[in-house]
Amino acid sequence: MAKTLYDKLWEPHVVRDNGDGTCLLYIDRHLVHEVTSPQAFEGLRLAGRKPWRVDTNLATPDHNVPTTDREKGISDPVARLQVETLEENCRDFNITEFTMDDIRQGIVHVISPEQGATLPGMTLVCGDSHTSTHGALGALAFGIGTSEVEHVLATQCLVQKKSKAMLVKVEGEIPDAVTGKDIILAIIEKIGTAGGTGYAIEFAGKAIRDLSIEGRMTLCNMAIEAGARAGMVAVDDKTIDYVKGRPYAPSVNMWEQAVADWQSLVSDNDATFDKVIELDVEQMQPMVTWGTSPEMVTSIDSVVPAAKSFADTVKQEGVSAALKYMGLKENTAIEDIQLDKVFIGSCTNSRIEDLRAAAAVAKGRKVADNIKLAMVVPGSGLVKQQAEQEGLDKIFIEAGFEWREPGCSMCLAMNADKLEPGERCASTSNRNFEGRQGQGGRTHLVSPAMAAAAAVKGHFVDVRKL
Amino acid sequence: MEKLNTVEGIVAPMDRPNVDTDAIIPKQFLKSIKRSGFGPNLFDEWRYLDHGEPGTDNSGRPLNPDFVLNQPRYAGANILIARENFGCGSSREHAPWALLDYGFRVVIAPSYADIFFNNCFKNGILPIVLPVKDVDTIFNEIAETEGYQLRVDLASQTISKPNDDKIQFEVDEFRKHCLINGLDDIAMTLEHVDDIKAYEQRRAQQAPWLFN
Repeated sequence: MAKTLYDKLWEPHVVRDNGDGTCLLYIDRHLVHEVTSPQAFEGLRLAGRKPWRVDTNLATPDHNVPTTDREKGISDPVARLQVETLEENCRDFNITEFTMDDIRQGIVHVISPEQGATLPGMTLVCGDSHTSTHGALGALAFGIGTSEVEHVLATQCLVQKKSKAMLVKVEGEIPDAVTGKDIILAIIEKIGTAGGTGYAIEFAGKAIRDLSIEGRMTLCNMAIEAGARAGMVAVDDKTIDYVKGRPYAPSVNMWEQAVADWQSLVSDNDATFDKVIELDVEQMQPMVTWGTSPEMVTSIDSVVPAAKSFADTVKQEGVSAALKYMGLKENTAIEDIQLDKVFIGSCTNSRIEDLRAAAAVAKGRKVADNIKLAMVVPGSGLVKQQAEQEGLDKIFIEAGFEWREPGCSMCLAMNADKLEPGERCASTSNRNFEGRQGQGGRTHLVSPAMAAAAAVKGHFVDVRKL
Repeated sequence: MEKLNTVEGIVAPMDRPNVDTDAIIPKQFLKSIKRSGFGPNLFDEWRYLDHGEPGTDNSGRPLNPDFVLNQPRYAGANILIARENFGCGSSREHAPWALLDYGFRVVIAPSYADIFFNNCFKNGILPIVLPVKDVDTIFNEIAETEGYQLRVDLASQTISKPNDDKIQFEVDEFRKHCLINGLDDIAMTLEHVDDIKAYEQRRAQQAPWLFN
């Protein structure tokens, strides 16, 4: 029988069928960070249990770490305790951790692919919803809660129900300035933030194949914003080239065998999906969110919509509440929205290609006077190092951006990087929820080049017009 | 995990779609290394007029009188009714921990985000899915009736209304079994240790690079 990519990832990981619609699913890689793990380790200790397979775990602090003055440590005592607790847990249980002073430290979803710790064909989980990112490499990757973190640590397995399979096909030639970020925002605009609930999404079509691996990571990263726990892209030559030579990649003597296995990780031609969505990339523009949910998004040449343009009353009320929170009037041109801050970073858009795209816009320009803070937060110490070797840090600094240390930073504002009430931010992150970047803060999601363009103009602008 | 069999009590209405986990428990409270004590900060940014931080004494903070949980008629509520896509956003289990710590044992909504839905069951909270029209009706009945209560019986999968009307709901058999008996998932999985070990041996032959 013809199989989907999802079938091909799921089936080899079934330890046992529980006969009630659930399976015991084996987990090949578990990523651990400081926020969702302490209670899991505590649970292990209380039950007198040990990690089942220590070598499958890889840990790093990312949510709470400061992006300035690293040598001073973490000033917030509550955050410091959480990071120290991770160190203690990793030490006690012998888990590899890239600590704050390690060049390999960074956002879990950036460092794992970077290290080759994410491989095609793997099942990979982490106590973080953006774990869907890793599906870009042809892996089955999804976010879990803390109870499941403890379950994976203790048993190397999870009790899971197989999702339905959705195919999102994006065809056409990608226009200039349209990125993985714009494509996923356009998909969410079409299917809504709950459109993928209960599904694992495979992204396919010419536009997806034409994306780089990093672009595919941005795409899969936000599958969860469409409601899908897992997003994935079939393996191709780009995938294999990406993995080759990375520290955790298979050794030379197993490489050919691994590659042969990975090359089968594509949906069969006649595989059937529970749902198929088709989009044409050629009509897409750079996208900007205007509301408090990622589905509240439109193209740069458009306007803030009117609540009554939406069909049902629950949605209309949601739009009215969002516009009130965002301090926006209906029918305002997106390009007329003035900004206070700009954030380039997060597990969605903090990889080297993202920084290159933003730097290409910033080069030779200055951050506008009305922008109080424009910051660039690389996704990992190694991304930062690479960017510095390419001189990107100098371009940003000369343009008036701040160049920071790696971490989640203002994507969720658990550390000191946050918006003040009422401040408006162009952000390359993934969630524009109320208060996400700081209480009362107003977030607009965009691609890195669009964020840089907004920084130099002080308001949104189509980067192609600069 | 505390067992859940029947829950009877006041129903609080959360009348907006897409309530995300950042709203349920804002990120500053995720710095805790414990799983209890989140109740006073449930819906913190909607519930209080000032900004809350971990360690703040919540008893003296100004309450937002418009927020549903601050209205005296919903005091002591242990059932929450909500709109579509409740619990979307992050995987933080702090969201169900906060709901539970506040006193909610049952949530009713037309739909939930997957990770949140899953996390509820693992913490002794029953998330019930009802059709939109049934949810609409309950919202209307709450608005009309001060002190509106429901009785949820998990064994018979029935919600009983004050007028004795009954609504049946669906729940996964395995999850129901775990909730009713307060069972620990890990102990159940560890009953299959031999299966896991056999799997690993087999898999290490097929994909040795995953076992290096």
